[in-house]
Amino acid sequence: MKQLLTFVRKEFLHVLRDKRTLLILFGMPVVQILLFGFALSTEVKDTRIGVLDQDKSQASTELVSKIHANRYFDLEQDLKSIHEAEDAFTGGRIKMIMVIPDGFSEDLTSGKKIQIQLITDATDLNLANQIYNFISNIILDFYGPQTLVQSSGIQPEIRMIYNPQLQGAPNFVPGVMAFILLIICVLMTAIAIVREKETGTLEVLLVSPMKPYVIILAKAIPYFILSVIILISILILSVTVLDLPIKGNLFLLFGISIIFIITNLLLGIVISILTQTQQTAMLISLVGTMLPTLMLSGFMFPVENMPVPLQVVGNVIPAKWYYEIVKNIMIKGTGLEVIWKHTAVLTAMMMLLFLIAVKKFKIRLE
Amino acid sequence: MLRTLRILIKKEFLQIFRNRAILAIIFVMPVVQLVVLPLAASYEIKDIKIAVTDHDKSSLSRELIRKIIATGYFKMTAYAENYPQAYQEIEKDRADLIIEIPNNFEKDVVKENRQKVLIAINAINGTKAGLSASYLAQILQNFNSQIQLKMSPELESMSKISGLETVPKFWFNEHYNYRLSLVPGILAFLVTLIGGYLTALNIVAEKETGTIEQINVSPIRKVDFIIGKLFPFWILAMVAFSLGLLVTVFVYNIRMEGSLLLLYAFVSVYLITILGMGLLVSVYSETQQQAMFVVFFFMMIFVLMSGLFTPVESMTDWAKYIAYLNPVTYGVDGIRLIMLKNSGFTDLLPHFAFIVSLGLVVITWAVLRYRKTN
Repeated sequence: MKQLLTFVRKEFLHVLRDKRTLLILFGMPVVQILLFGFALSTEVKDTRIGVLDQDKSQASTELVSKIHANRYFDLEQDLKSIHEAEDAFTGGRIKMIMVIPDGFSEDLTSGKKIQIQLITDATDLNLANQIYNFISNIILDFYGPQTLVQSSGIQPEIRMIYNPQLQGAPNFVPGVMAFILLIICVLMTAIAIVREKETGTLEVLLVSPMKPYVIILAKAIPYFILSVIILISILILSVTVLDLPIKGNLFLLFGISIIFIITNLLLGIVISILTQTQQTAMLISLVGTMLPTLMLSGFMFPVENMPVPLQVVGNVIPAKWYYEIVKNIMIKGTGLEVIWKHTAVLTAMMMLLFLIAVKKFKIRLE
Repeated sequence: MLRTLRILIKKEFLQIFRNRAILAIIFVMPVVQLVVLPLAASYEIKDIKIAVTDHDKSSLSRELIRKIIATGYFKMTAYAENYPQAYQEIEKDRADLIIEIPNNFEKDVVKENRQKVLIAINAINGTKAGLSASYLAQILQNFNSQIQLKMSPELESMSKISGLETVPKFWFNEHYNYRLSLVPGILAFLVTLIGGYLTALNIVAEKETGTIEQINVSPIRKVDFIIGKLFPFWILAMVAFSLGLLVTVFVYNIRMEGSLLLLYAFVSVYLITILGMGLLVSVYSETQQQAMFVVFFFMMIFVLMSGLFTPVESMTDWAKYIAYLNPVTYGVDGIRLIMLKNSGFTDLLPHFAFIVSLGLVVITWAVLRYRKTN
């Protein structure tokens, strides 16, 4: 026991000595929360549009100023002819061009049919659709027929459950938690062990009277503690900075987080056993765990939209289950009655990894 | 002098080719990433799961549900007797939203042309919830006008004489491909990832194993040493890029609109800057672990702030400044412009200007900072 403690202390010193890495470990969740919480969005905003006014009448100027008044759009330039349109798009700055046809004001007063062309840069089709709908609504609101009275008919009464203001935080905070824990446990642990292999110090340790599993345990403990500290700081940040309360049971959240942390530590250990160089260990952790977690766990992109094979692959990723669990406990406030299945899967993964680690662990180095 | 360089480059290549794992990842990663990411990153709305609670059970209420399902965006996964029961479906993630139709629904609609339908949406993912709500509102609107037309046919002639209409024209994307802008963006991400990581890790690896001391005591000049390090990675990243480009063109059928020469010129220059940044990290770091975390940290910020997944225009004002100082923004945008819109060299002047000046700064900095003696 005393041996183990001294050893853990040594490992801790290693971790604490590398100030730059520590700073980044604590900086990463802060930056992610700032970016996801305040910087990024998909709403239509500050979109640059061009105008080709072939009518040049009072009515057309009025229409242009109507759009100009909307704070979501910047009127960037007046085009002289339709031939300039292509250049405006290839320059990359204009997202849409509105073409007001010749005879616009006359037709408007006489009630004839008028077509206003809205040419969008459809390389980003979602954005193009959004911009088109937005501008089209502004135009139709201004001139369009008001035949149907708005308040009649069947009206939807929309209730947004769990997140009435439609903020991004409830979706990404659980993701950030899963991701940061993954980095610390898998990546750092794997590298720390392989580094000793690479520099040859692991050999020194293995010939010492210490039991091999004690060595591994001692390697893992500092990262375990670091994970818990970072987990607590993310939770504090999300409650204070993002006003995201923890609805469910805090102990349950911690209990399952610890299962997740141990699962990842084991994953890190398995990777370190199977690899010989730090670079390989890093790349395997990166390509094998981090990228799939980012892409397939539902944190960045909704899982339901993915093709079935990808959803199946996603099920093998521990972070996916953890992400679901955290969303349930933190945001929905549900308990084990809903997430027992997820927890069981996560626990099974932990035990499987433990078996693999024990089986593959070799005392001798080749 | 050139001979030293040639030998150094040969040594690097030998080391790279000896390391099978890295080699595999350099060649497998572009393909995997380009195949998986575009499939995963889809914001299309489809198959939204709904739980229905119909207190009215009339032909009109059934008609409404049928209309909603028929749009193809929604599918009914549960039928609940009451709201609490339906709410449980949401709690268990078996439904994304609840539609509750009140008692006397049909009667009120026919008699007073007024009724409410409750739509309760699981809004943890705000974007998805907002989209579902607006789709449903639109469906209801259409349903309303259908009923109104049925009840008072004289309205039809009125709605036809409306004068003004808007006509959408979607340029540069005649096949309505949702992934068109994503795939070239991922190409930029890919070369950044490969180029940045490998250079950052490489020199530190020599520091860690101590072999850098041997190079330091040799008469090799630092410029030769650094070029000898960067050149092989530049080649590797260009190969990875070409592989990715083949996948883009042949798997995704994305036509290359612009000049291939310009694209390669742009990526070549862009890569030099990225390699320079990796080099800078490498010069400052003591261990590979440290180098990797530093690269990882900046890579995360650069990629999220590059407009790859969310448009730069939509960012908060302070975030836009970061985006405009971010080389990946220019890389993503440049490749998109050339590939999708056939933009020419003059259109890309700002991109070239920023990337070249940043490259000059970081490489000079790294060379000055790298010392052969401690």
